[in-house]
Amino acid sequence: MNRGALPFVLAAGALFGFGLALSTMVRPEVVLDFLLWRDLGLLLVLGGAVAVTFIAYRFVPRLFARPWTGGQFQKHPSEMGARTLGGAALFGVGWGLSGVCPGPAIAGLGTANWPLAVALAGLVLGAYVQGRFFGGSP
Amino acid sequence: MSLLFAATGLIGGMSTVFTSLWSFFSRAPYFNAPRFAGSRVWRLVYAAGLVLGAAAWVVSMGAPEHTSVPLWQLGVGGFIAGFGARLSNGCTAGHGICGMASLQAPSIASVLIFLATAMATARLVRALA
Repeated sequence: MNRGALPFVLAAGALFGFGLALSTMVRPEVVLDFLLWRDLGLLLVLGGAVAVTFIAYRFVPRLFARPWTGGQFQKHPSEMGARTLGGAALFGVGWGLSGVCPGPAIAGLGTANWPLAVALAGLVLGAYVQGRFFGGSP
Repeated sequence: MSLLFAATGLIGGMSTVFTSLWSFFSRAPYFNAPRFAGSRVWRLVYAAGLVLGAAAWVVSMGAPEHTSVPLWQLGVGGFIAGFGARLSNGCTAGHGICGMASLQAPSIASVLIFLATAMATARLVRALA
């Protein structure tokens, strides 16, 4: 990635943040209602996001030899193992307790939803404890 | 994430930014590994975009929001979610969107697991409240 890519990174982040707000996923109450099966609308949000991204990941590398700003198309790194699956289980506990996951915690600063800053602080601290004491080899 | 990928080739998970951020403040080798320290600039710009995009929604068609979820749930839940997402190397964005969209088995398994534990936790909290 080069510096010329940063305006695109900012624009993509803004699009993501706008979408999170528009889809109401930035509201912990809506997330908790989804997790309690009272309002399954977020299933459409997640499904729609996966569908669009699936098409992009599949077809963009066929249309373009390399990304518009240079570099290479990358892949999401994930490995099957106890850390990945155990971490996912813990992540779900935290998500189900707070109704907040990383994207909405950050986007919540933009909707002036100040209590979400507490969740954001928790996320940042959780990442520290994980990296500092349970990091293994990065 | 589609725009990010087409323009830069990057995979737009969210939770890694919290690990990358610590490379500014800590000398611990984990935070300063290339995949974290080397991605911290674009990840912070991406996070800034999220804030700006959500603010643009407030200005154009929404209104400021205020959650009534108790602060202890936000703080403790955030901590557990942050720890878990980084141990798992993915959250609702990284596993849920990027990993699922690239049909990665570990991500699909992670999504099923975190949906299950999140639903169980939300139900438990509701029952105890």
